[in-house]
Amino acid sequence: MAPKNSAGTSPHRELLHQMLRIRRFEERCVELYSDEKIRGFMHLYIGEEAVAVGICAALAPDDAIVSTYREHGHALVRGVPATVIMAEMYGRVAGCSRGRGGSMHIFDAEHRFYGGNAIVGGGLPLAVGLALADKMQGRSRVTACFFGDGAMAEGEFHECVNLAALWRLPVLFACENNLYAMGTALAKSHAETDLALRAASYDLVAWPVDGMDVLAVAEAAARAAESIRAGSGPHFLELRTYRFRAHSMYDPDRYRTKAEIEQWKKRDPIDSLVARMKAANEISDDDLAVMDKDICVEIDQAIAFAEQAPLEATEDLTRFVYSETSPTGAGHVKSAEAAP
Amino acid sequence: MTERGTTTYREAIREAIREALLRDDRVFLMGEDVGVYGGCFAVSLGLLEEFGPGRVRDTPLSEAGFVGAGIGAALGGMRPIVEIMTVNFSLLALDQIMNNAATLLHMSGGQFNVPLVIRMTTGAGRQLAAQHSHSLEGWYAHIPGLKILAPATLEDARGMLAPALDDPDPVLIFEHGGLYNMSGVPRPGLVDIATAALRRTGDDITLIAYGGTLHKTLAAADELATRGIKADVVDLRVLRPLDDATIMESIGRTHRAVIVDEGWRSGGLSAEISARIMEQAFYQLDAPVQRVCTAEVPIPYARHLEEAAIPQVIGIVAAAREAVAA
Ligand SMILES: Cc1ncc(C[n+]2csc(CCOP(=O)(O)OP(=O)(O)O)c2C)c(N)n1
Ligand SMILES: [Mg+2]
Repeated sequence: MAPKNSAGTSPHRELLHQMLRIRRFEERCVELYSDEKIRGFMHLYIGEEAVAVGICAALAPDDAIVSTYREHGHALVRGVPATVIMAEMYGRVAGCSRGRGGSMHIFDAEHRFYGGNAIVGGGLPLAVGLALADKMQGRSRVTACFFGDGAMAEGEFHECVNLAALWRLPVLFACENNLYAMGTALAKSHAETDLALRAASYDLVAWPVDGMDVLAVAEAAARAAESIRAGSGPHFLELRTYRFRAHSMYDPDRYRTKAEIEQWKKRDPIDSLVARMKAANEISDDDLAVMDKDICVEIDQAIAFAEQAPLEATEDLTRFVYSETSPTGAGHVKSAEAAP
Repeated sequence: MTERGTTTYREAIREAIREALLRDDRVFLMGEDVGVYGGCFAVSLGLLEEFGPGRVRDTPLSEAGFVGAGIGAALGGMRPIVEIMTVNFSLLALDQIMNNAATLLHMSGGQFNVPLVIRMTTGAGRQLAAQHSHSLEGWYAHIPGLKILAPATLEDARGMLAPALDDPDPVLIFEHGGLYNMSGVPRPGLVDIATAALRRTGDDITLIAYGGTLHKTLAAADELATRGIKADVVDLRVLRPLDDATIMESIGRTHRAVIVDEGWRSGGLSAEISARIMEQAFYQLDAPVQRVCTAEVPIPYARHLEEAAIPQVIGIVAAAREAVAA
C-alpha cells in the first residue's frame, strides 16, 4: 500500500483514503478521455473500489497481483505510482509500460503487478504459474488474481481453478461479480449464478462476500490470505459488487435500468465507510476535505507528469519484442553422452 | 549389434531433458502423460522415476491452463519445459502462446520476459488423419516474440534444448513425429539456435527444407546426383528468426531454389521464404523458385492418400529438374 495519509490513526482511514484515490483518479480519467488525452478502451472501476482496497490490504509487498483490463484501482492501491499509470494512458515513454500497453495493460515489476490482461480469463493461468513457481521454490507468497463474473464462463477459468486446487497452489482467486459481462447479465450467461458454490465444486475454499463493504472484503481477504500462507491451497472469494459506470467509454449502457444503478449507488462503498467512521467519530468533514485535497494534488501531479513526459522514439518501436540480453548460446553435443 | 553411441531422435531429446533437469533446479517438465505414462511418444520415459513428480509433472487435459501456468512459472523464476502432445492440440493453448507468451515483454515495456520452452510433435506420415497430423509451425513462425526451432537431426534433437532454456524469451520446439525412431551416432560439436545449416553441398540448385522433410530432401539430392545435378541442401533448423544469409549465400552460387515444406502452400512458410528470395536475391535467380508443399487438404487417413498429400522424394526431384531445365 502507498504511504498512510498524514492525519489520524484509525485503521479505516487508509482504506478510505485508497478508495477515494481510485474514485478521484478515475473521475479525472473521464475528463481526460473527453479531452482525447486518453484513448483506446478504458474501463472504469467506480463503484467497485472496496474490492481492490480490501483485497490488497491483505497482501504483503512480495505477493503478486494478476489483474484485468479494469485494473487502474488494483494498480493504484498496490502502490504503482499514479504518475506512471497516467503517463501510460497518455501513451508516453515514462508510462509503466513505455506507452505500449495503455489503460488495459498496466505492468509493474517492482510491485509484482503482472498486468493489465485484456483477454477475459487469460490472466488466470499466469497466476497459477506464478503460484506454482513460489511453491516449487519454497517461498511463502500469495498470488492474487482478479477477474470478473464473465470470466467464469471461460474454459481457462475452469482449467485454472482445477489446476490450482489439484496442486494446492497459493492463489487467491478474487472474482469481481458486478452482475454483468459487458451487456450480458449474470443469469444470461450462467445457468448456476451462485459463483462461490460453483468454485467450491473444485475442492477449494470459496465463499461470497459483500463487495460494497470494504471492511467485509478486508476481513475475508485477510482470512483467505492467512489460510493460503498456512498451506491450505487456493481460496476463492466471490465479491458481490456493481459498477456505477458503463462497461467502457464506448458503452451506451442500454442493458440495465437507471433505477437499478441508483439503487446500487445507495450502497456506495465510500459513502458507507464515511458514514460508519463519522458515527464512530473517526473522521470529521474537515479531515475528509483535507484527505480529498491531498488526493487531488497527487492526481494533478500525475497529470502534469504525463503532460510533459516524452514519447517513445519511433525508432524504438521494435524494442522489447525479444530480450536485449538474449545470448546466442549453443548446446554442446558430446559424443560420450549421446548413448542413452 | 549397434555401433557404440547409437541413439534415436527420441532418446536424444530425452537425454537433453535429463541433462537440463540435472543442470538447473529451476527446470521442470510438465504436460499431459509426461510422467507415469512416459510421454505419449515415450520421450520422457524414466524421467519421473529419476526426478520425481515435482519436476516431471503430469497435468490434467487443460492445454490453455498448463501452458499458461508454464508462462506464469517462467515469470516466477522457473525454467519450465512444457510438452504439448501434438501441434493440433496446441490450438487450445494458442491464446496463451500468442496473447501472453509472445506479447508480455513488449506490452510491459520490457519488464517481463518469459523464459519458457514449449515442445510439441508436428507432422504427418503415420496415418493419424486430420486431427493429429498437421504442420502448423509456420503459423507460429508468423508471431513476433517467439523463437521457433525444428530439429531434424540427432545433433539438433540433443543440442537445441540447452540454448533454448538459456534463452530469455519463449522458444517453441517442433519435433516431427516421423523422426522419433530415427537412429544413428550423433556427431559431437556445438549446436546453436540461430543459424540454418548446409547439410549437403552442390552448385546446381538449392533445396531448402526443415524437420520431417529434410531427410526426403536429402534422398532427393542423392537421386539428383545420379542424374548429374548437384544440390545444396539447406536445413532451416530455426524457423523464426529465419537465417536469410545462409539461404541467400547458397542461391548466390546455385541461382535456383526449391522449397520443401510439409505445411500448406497458401500463406505458408514456403511463401515467406520465396518472398524473401525475391526481395534479396531476385537478380541471382536463373529460374522461378519452386515449392513442394502439402496438398491443400486436411491430412487424410488412408496410406495412399496421405502419401499423395505430403511432399515426397519424387516430387522434390521433379521440381528440382524443372528448375534446372528452366
Ligand atoms: C476472450 C475475450 N472475449 C471477449 C472479450 C471482450 N470483452 C471484454 S470485457 C468483457 C466482459 C467481461 O466481463 P467480466 O468478466 O464480468 O468483467 P467486467 O468487465 O464486468 O469487470 C468482454 C466480453 C475479451 N476481451 N476477451
Ligand atoms: Mg462483470
